[in-house]
Amino acid sequence: MNHAAIVPIVLPALAAALMLIDRRIASQRLLAWVSTLLLAASGAWLVTLAADGWRGVYLAGNWAAPYGIVLVADRLSALMVGLTALLAVVALGAAHKRWDTRGEHFHPLLQVQLMGLNGAFLTGDLFNLFVFFEVLLIASYGLLVHGDGRPRIAAGLRFVTLNLFGSALFLVAASLLYGVTGTLNFADLAARMPALAGGDATLARAGAWMLLTVFCLKAAILPLYLWLPGTYSAASPPVAALFAVMTKVGLYAVLRVFTMVFGAGAGALANAAFPWIAGLAAAGYLLAMLGALAGADLRRLASMLLIGSAGFLLIGVGLGTERSIAAAVFYLPHTTLSAAALYLVADLVARGRGEAADRLRPGPAPLRPAAVGLLFFATAVAVAGLPPLGGFIGKAMLLAAMLPDTGSPAASVGVMWAVVLGGSLFALIALARAGSVLFWKSEAAPVPGAPAPSVRELLPCLLALAAVVAITVFAAPMQRYAQATAAQLLAPEALVDQVLRTVPRAGPHQSRPESFR
Amino acid sequence: MELLMASGIAVLSGSGIYLLLRPRTFDTILGLTLLSYAVNLFIFSMGRLTVGRAPIVEAGGSGYADPLPQALVLTAIVISFAMTALLLVLAVRAKAASGSDDVDGGEPPAGGGAR
Repeated sequence: MNHAAIVPIVLPALAAALMLIDRRIASQRLLAWVSTLLLAASGAWLVTLAADGWRGVYLAGNWAAPYGIVLVADRLSALMVGLTALLAVVALGAAHKRWDTRGEHFHPLLQVQLMGLNGAFLTGDLFNLFVFFEVLLIASYGLLVHGDGRPRIAAGLRFVTLNLFGSALFLVAASLLYGVTGTLNFADLAARMPALAGGDATLARAGAWMLLTVFCLKAAILPLYLWLPGTYSAASPPVAALFAVMTKVGLYAVLRVFTMVFGAGAGALANAAFPWIAGLAAAGYLLAMLGALAGADLRRLASMLLIGSAGFLLIGVGLGTERSIAAAVFYLPHTTLSAAALYLVADLVARGRGEAADRLRPGPAPLRPAAVGLLFFATAVAVAGLPPLGGFIGKAMLLAAMLPDTGSPAASVGVMWAVVLGGSLFALIALARAGSVLFWKSEAAPVPGAPAPSVRELLPCLLALAAVVAITVFAAPMQRYAQATAAQLLAPEALVDQVLRTVPRAGPHQSRPESFR
Repeated sequence: MELLMASGIAVLSGSGIYLLLRPRTFDTILGLTLLSYAVNLFIFSMGRLTVGRAPIVEAGGSGYADPLPQALVLTAIVISFAMTALLLVLAVRAKAASGSDDVDGGEPPAGGGAR
């Protein structure tokens, strides 16, 4: 059995535990770098394995699938794990010797957060998805209030309350599905779903929609996004950069559950969610972009753009065709990395502006205006999805995916095109306005005494942007990967079969029958 | 038993949601606690309600209690316990920081308009 699927979960868990033994910041920091760089390597390993069509089914505890805990790594999981590891390196670089000294236990919390994120991406079981959601959330509560301060505590309180309510809903949905099918394993659920009829199917549909509500809450989709701007703009910049991937967990869960369990082959429940989410996502996208126009500071602007990007991705998911899902998968790493870069730039801009910080009003000039300004410009181009950076390829892929193969497009396609293009225009105007106010309308010299950002402090942001550029340069392999991912997601039968047929290893002390079923 | 269980869950979740919508952190935390009780009972009942059965399938036996929801409830209890503890700490910190236990933290201690 290949152990690649469990490494990204075990590694940060071990690192977090070890960090509590020697609690000096220097050794915690060293351990954090070792663990995170190894995580990046294992993420890259998973992606290269998955790119060849490998699917890892890992029986943790060596019990056959529906009975034991199972981890599943396919193309989408591998991509998400790789992206998380990359963002972790960026966040750790931004926190290094600056934010990690503002309070205790930054590094252990970060590692637990990474464990929760990777676990959520790799689990093959609905209840373990819940558990890993809780793991990543409890770490995120700690990270959110890291550095203290009244706005952070108040934002933390609301964030925790909302997510606890979400967890309650998740549990009800999971147990409802268990009640009608007798299983929580994704593959087993998918195998049993077509047999449901009558009252059971109605109950399962209620469970599916409750799950959709929870995932949309995590992904910050239209009616459930109000928590995000306050929370993310209160968090410290490296934490906000890592949180950029947290909304993508909700999106991943929608993609996973609603293609595998409630996909086309689910009998009475086939495509239970798809007609709903594209419309909601489009409305959310447009509203978030309008919100970006009204953003009062750069972090709030970044938060609205992040909500917008979740909406954009969900349009692709909600259309439910192979081409539209491929567009969303292609756009996902790009938008996550560029949103993270924008949070980091906001921190760099705020340096030297004193009271004005990152507020979009004339004030003292930012320090190192040329370097920081160029970084902001590149980030803005990436976030808005303009050429030459790869975001525009993702947008073009989505627009092309809306057109039917033959014949003239329906009227709804026109509306969707208007939403996507109009929203992009709003983002562009908001970013252009922010840039001109911050860099060109400075009224005074930078506040004296503020330390100018050193080259090392620009590096994390540069790394995120370098990854964005790499996506652009390697757009063709990336596009092939995205298309193969979409194809794999829309034909889950092979994966279901593989999960249910994986036989436990015979150990030296036990012999098990070939199959338990 | 079904009626008792169903109405118990309904009353718990109803009171929980009412308390959750109140503007004070203390009420909110109580509401979340009640809600988690309701959810735990609901998970439990999804394994079907049985009395006096062992969670073991016996050959020729007449039914069994489903052990899985019990394991799920245990996990859910531990998680909601930890979360409630964390939320209490946050609420105390918020009270210390803003001098008010309003969930938005901005209201002055006395009076306060239409909230």
